[in-house]
Amino acid sequence: MTAMREFELVGDLSRLPDSETGARHLVWWGNVGFMVIEGTAFALAAMAYLYIMTQAPAWPPKGDAMPGLLWSSIFTGGLLLSALPNLWVLHCAKTKNLAGVRWGALAMTVIALLLFVPRAFEFVHLGVPWHRDSYGSLIWMLLILHTTHVVTDWFDTAVLGVWLFTHEVGDDQFADVEDNANYWSFVILCWIPIYVLIYWLPRAA
Amino acid sequence: MAWSAMKRRIALVPGAVLAALTGACAGIQSPLAPASDQAFALHDLLILMTVVCGLIYLLVIAGLVWSVLRARQHAKRAAAAPVDDSALDRSLIASAVIIVTGLTVLIFGSFLADRALLAARAEKAMMVRVTGHQWWWRIEYRNPATGRWVETANELHLPLGRTTRVELASNDVIHSFWVPNVSGKIDMIPGRRNMLDLTPRRSGWFRGACAEFCGAQHAHMALDVRVDDPVAFDAWLAGQAEAARKAQGPGEALFALHCGSCHAVRGTPANGRAGPDLTHFAARRLIAAGTLPMTRGALQGWIAQPQALKPGTAMPAVPLRPAEADAVASYLAALR
Amino acid sequence: MIPDRAHLDRLDRSWRDPPGFWGFLTTVDHKRIAARYIVTALFLMFLAGMLALDMRWQLSVPENTRMGPQLYNESFSLHGSTMLFLVSVPLMEAMAFWLVPLMLGARNMAFPRLGAFSFWLYFGGVLCLWIAHAADITPDLGWFEYPPLSGPAYSPGHRADIWAQMITFTEVAALAASVNVAATILKMRPPGMTMARMPVFLWAMLIASIMTILSMPAVMLVTSMLIADRLVSTHFFSPAGGGDALLFQHLFWFFGHPEVYIIFVPATGFVSSIVETFSRRKLFGHSAIVLSMMSIGALAFGLWVHHMFAVGLPRLGNDFYTAASMAIALPAGLQIFCWIATVWSGRLRLATPMLWVLGFVATFVIGGLSGVMTASAALDLQLTDTYFVVAHLHYVLIGGAMFPLFGAFAYWYPKATGRLMSERWGSIAFIGIVGGFNLGFMPMHFLGLMGMPRRVYTYPPGMGWETLNQIATLGSAVAILGGLVFVANALWSYRHGQPAGSDPWGGSTLEWASPSPPPAFNIAYTPVVRSLTPMWDEGPGLPAMDGLGLDRREVLITSVTAAVPLYRQKSAGPSIWPLASSLAVSAMFIGSIFTPWAIAIGAAPIAATLTGWFWPDRPRAGSDAPRAGA
Repeated sequence: MTAMREFELVGDLSRLPDSETGARHLVWWGNVGFMVIEGTAFALAAMAYLYIMTQAPAWPPKGDAMPGLLWSSIFTGGLLLSALPNLWVLHCAKTKNLAGVRWGALAMTVIALLLFVPRAFEFVHLGVPWHRDSYGSLIWMLLILHTTHVVTDWFDTAVLGVWLFTHEVGDDQFADVEDNANYWSFVILCWIPIYVLIYWLPRAA
Repeated sequence: MAWSAMKRRIALVPGAVLAALTGACAGIQSPLAPASDQAFALHDLLILMTVVCGLIYLLVIAGLVWSVLRARQHAKRAAAAPVDDSALDRSLIASAVIIVTGLTVLIFGSFLADRALLAARAEKAMMVRVTGHQWWWRIEYRNPATGRWVETANELHLPLGRTTRVELASNDVIHSFWVPNVSGKIDMIPGRRNMLDLTPRRSGWFRGACAEFCGAQHAHMALDVRVDDPVAFDAWLAGQAEAARKAQGPGEALFALHCGSCHAVRGTPANGRAGPDLTHFAARRLIAAGTLPMTRGALQGWIAQPQALKPGTAMPAVPLRPAEADAVASYLAALR
Repeated sequence: MIPDRAHLDRLDRSWRDPPGFWGFLTTVDHKRIAARYIVTALFLMFLAGMLALDMRWQLSVPENTRMGPQLYNESFSLHGSTMLFLVSVPLMEAMAFWLVPLMLGARNMAFPRLGAFSFWLYFGGVLCLWIAHAADITPDLGWFEYPPLSGPAYSPGHRADIWAQMITFTEVAALAASVNVAATILKMRPPGMTMARMPVFLWAMLIASIMTILSMPAVMLVTSMLIADRLVSTHFFSPAGGGDALLFQHLFWFFGHPEVYIIFVPATGFVSSIVETFSRRKLFGHSAIVLSMMSIGALAFGLWVHHMFAVGLPRLGNDFYTAASMAIALPAGLQIFCWIATVWSGRLRLATPMLWVLGFVATFVIGGLSGVMTASAALDLQLTDTYFVVAHLHYVLIGGAMFPLFGAFAYWYPKATGRLMSERWGSIAFIGIVGGFNLGFMPMHFLGLMGMPRRVYTYPPGMGWETLNQIATLGSAVAILGGLVFVANALWSYRHGQPAGSDPWGGSTLEWASPSPPPAFNIAYTPVVRSLTPMWDEGPGLPAMDGLGLDRREVLITSVTAAVPLYRQKSAGPSIWPLASSLAVSAMFIGSIFTPWAIAIGAAPIAATLTGWFWPDRPRAGSDAPRAGA
C-alpha cells in the first residue's frame, strides 16, 4: 500500500482573473469545435452535390426549372449586410460595452427574424421539389442545412438578448456574446459557397 | 511470360504449404486453386504477401520475446541504469527502413498484379452480360456469329484459353460476382456497368458466390461455372441459342399458364422475365442458384415449396394439383 | 506537505454530488459519467458476444437449420452495430472522460454538463437499438446498410430507420464528447505541461477527438440522407432518380475508415502508458510515437476507398489508395518498435496490464499484416467480403483495441476503486481471452482463402469448411469464458481485492498523485509539471499551486501551447438540464423515424431544455435596466 503523494506549494493562482476574452477563453474553443463539426457537415454536403453533378448528363436535369434568383439575392444581400451590426456587437463584447451588447443582441434578433422572410420565399422558388430527382433532393438538403443554422442561431441570439436585459452581465456573459457573434459570422461565411452551389452552378453548367 | 512461369515455380513451395494447410486441393471455390490468368496473378501476389508479411511477423515476435527475456533479467537490478538511447535511435531508423522496404516490395507487387489483370484483355473477347437479381443470376451471351443475345441463368460456361469479357449489372440491389478460381470479385451495382475479363486456363466445374450482402438469401446465390475447351463450348452455346423442343403432354400448357408470367421458355408462350430463363433448364446441374441439385425430387420440392427451401425467395408457392405438378416437373425435366 | 482536513472538506463540499437518486440524475462528475459508460458498454459487449456465439454455433455445421436467414441477418447486424457504435468508441470516450482530468491534475472536464449529456444521449441510442430488437424490428442489413438494399424499395418497414437513427444518437454524443475532450486537453493542462511535456495518452485522446470531429459529420449526414430517401422520397441513392448508390459508400466510409482509427489511437495511448510504467523507464521514442499518431490520424482520412476496391472505380485511384493504405503501416510499425524498444531497455515487471500489452503486440500485428494484404486493390478482390476480412477486422479491433482496453482496465482499476485486481485470475482471463480469440479467428483467414463469403447464414457441405468453422466456434467460446473470468475478477476485487493506495504500480503521470479512489475534486492542489514523467522526476513533494477556489467549483485554464495559467473558470455543478435535453433530443430522433413533422414538433422541447441549460446563474439586473417581456 503506497501513501498519498505529498505536495510542495510553489505558487498561488488566486490572483488570476476569473474570465478572459477571445481564444484565451475556454468556451471559445467549444464554439470553434462546433463550427468545425458543422463546417465539415456543410463541406461534405457540398461534396455530395458536386459528386452527383459531375455524373449527371445535364445540370439541372432536363425538365427541372432553375432556382429563382430574386429572393436568394435579397437573402444573400441581407445576410452579408448583417455582418456589419454583428461585427459591431462583437466589438462591444470585447470592449465590455453593456448597452452595446444589450441593444446589439436585440437588433441581431430582429435582423435574423427579418431574414426568415426571403429565406421562406427561397424555398418556394427553388423550382424543383425534393422528391423529383437527386438534384431536387440535394438543393433542398443544402438549403435546409443552412436554414437550420439560421434558425438555431436566431433562437440563441434571442435568448441571449433576453437575459442580457434581465440579468447582471459579467465577463463570462460578454464572452458568450462574443461566441454568439462569431457563430453568426460562421453562418454568413458558410452561406457563400452554398449560395454558389445552389443558384449559380446550375446556371454555369 | 518466362518470368511469370518462373514466379509460379518459386511460388510453388509456399503455395504448396498453404494448399496443404488449407486442404484446398479440392477447392472449387477458392483463390488458392487458380484456374485462369487473372487468378494466377492474384495467387502469386498472395504468396508474395504471405511470405513478406510472415517474415515481418516473425521479426516482431522475435524482438518482443528477446525484449521480454532481457528486461526480466534487468528487472533483477535494483535501480535504473542511466538510459542511453542512441543505439535504439539507430535501430528505430533501421526498422523504418525495413518497413519501408517491405511495403515498397508489396506495393510494387500489387501494382504488377493489377497490370496483369488488365493485360489479359484481348481484342475479340466474347461478351457475356451477367445481371444480379435477388437471388439468382441472369446470363446473356452475345453470340459472336449472329450478334444476337442468348439468355440463360445461374450456370455460366466459359471457353478455355479465350478471354471472356463479363459485363456486370444489377436489377435490384448491390450484388457481387465472385468465382475465386477464375478471378477476384467485382460488384454489380444498379445504375452502373462493371467489366471483368476472364481467361480460364483449366477446364472443369467451379463454384462462384454472390459476395455482397444482398438480403435474406444472400447465402443461397451461388453460380455454377463450367470451363470447356472451345469446341465443346461453342456446341453448348449453339444448343442454348435454340428454342425449346416441342414437348408432348399437358406440362407445357400448364407451365405457360402458371409459370409463364415470370419464366421464359423460348419457342413457347411462356415469356416472363421476372425469374430465370428456363429454356434449357434441365441441362443445368443445379436449381435455384446452387441451392438444390438437379434431381426430380428436388425439382418437385422446389415447385411445391420454394419458401420452405429458400425462405424469402421471390418465387411464390403456386398451388398445383399433384397431377399438374407432376406434369410440369416432367416438362421441365425434359428441357435440355 | 499533505493538504489539511479543512482544505479537503471545503473542496469536498463544493464538488460532491447531491445525495441519492437526484445526485444520480444530475451528476456532472466525469468519473461517475465514465463509470456509467463503462458499465453499459461492457454489458453490451456481453450481449454482442452472445450474439456472436449464437452465430458461431449456427455455422458449426453446414446447412444448419437452427437459425433461419432473418434471425441470422439480424444477429450479425446487431452484433456489428453494437460493437462498433455502442461499445468500442464509447469505451474509448469513457476512458478519456475518466482519465484525462486526472492525468492533467484538473478537477473536471472543460464542459461538465456536456459530458453528462453525451452519456444520456448515448444511452438513448442503446435503447433505440435494443428496444427495437425486443420489439422485433431489429435492423437486419449489417452494420453499414448499403442502399439500394436499405432504401425504401427493398427494405420496407422501420428496421433500417432504427439503425440510421441509432447512429445519429451515438454520433451526436460522440461529437459532443470529442469537443469536450479536445477542449480539456488544449486548455486545461497544468502549469508547465507544454505540448512537449504532454504524455502520449493525452496526445492519443486529442488526436482521436479531432478525428471524430472531422469524420462523424459524414455518417450523420449519410444516415440522414438514407432516412430522407426512405421517409420523404428524396433520391440521393436511387439510380432511377439520378442518385448514386456509391455516394452512400463514399460518405459512409469517409467516416468508417477514420472510425476504426478513432478506436485504435486511444488504445495506443493505453499501451504507451502501461509500457512506460512496467518497463520502469521513460517511453522510448516519445516524439516518434506522437508523430506516428498524428500521421495515422491524418492518413486515416485518405484511405476510405479501400473499402470499395470491388466497386469498379478507376484503376489509377485504386493504385493510390493501395499505396496510402499500405503506407499507414509505417507509423503503426514504428510505434510497435518504440514500445518493444522501451521494454528491451527497461526493467520489466510482468503484471497483468503488461501481459495485455504483449497479447496486443502479438495479436494486433497479425491484423495489421492481414490489413496490408487487403490493402492491395488487386488482392483485395479475392479477400474482401470473405472470412479473411472478418478475421482481419477482428484481429485489429480485438487485438488492437480490446486487448489494450483490458490492460488499461487492469492498470487503472486500482486508481478507480482503491483495490488491485487478482493477478492470478487476471492471468487466467488473459490466457482464455487471447488464446481463445486466436483459436477462434485464425482459422477464418483460411476459410476466406478457401472461398467462404461473409454474412452467410449457412453454407453447403462438401466445401471443406466444416472443421475450421468448428475450431472457430470452440475458440470463440473459450474467449467468452475468459471474458467472464475477467468480469468476475473485477467484481470480486471491488470488495476483496488487495488495497492499492494511490500509486501501486509506481506510475509516471499525474493521475497517480491523487488518492485511490480519487475524491470528487480529484486532487487537492494544481500540480506544476516540469517533465514528461513528473511522478518519477520530482522529489518527495510534488510541486503544486494553491489558489483555486475552495468554496465554489473552479478549474484552471491555461494557454494552448505553453500551458501558462490564464484565468480561473467557473465549473458547472450538478444539473438536470443534460438529462432533460437528452430526453427532448431522443424524443425528436425517435419521432423522426416515423414522420418528418417530429423535427418541427420536437424542436420546441429541445429549445426549452437548452434554454434552461444555458440560462446564466447571475443576479437579476438592477432597476435601471429595461424590463424584458414576460
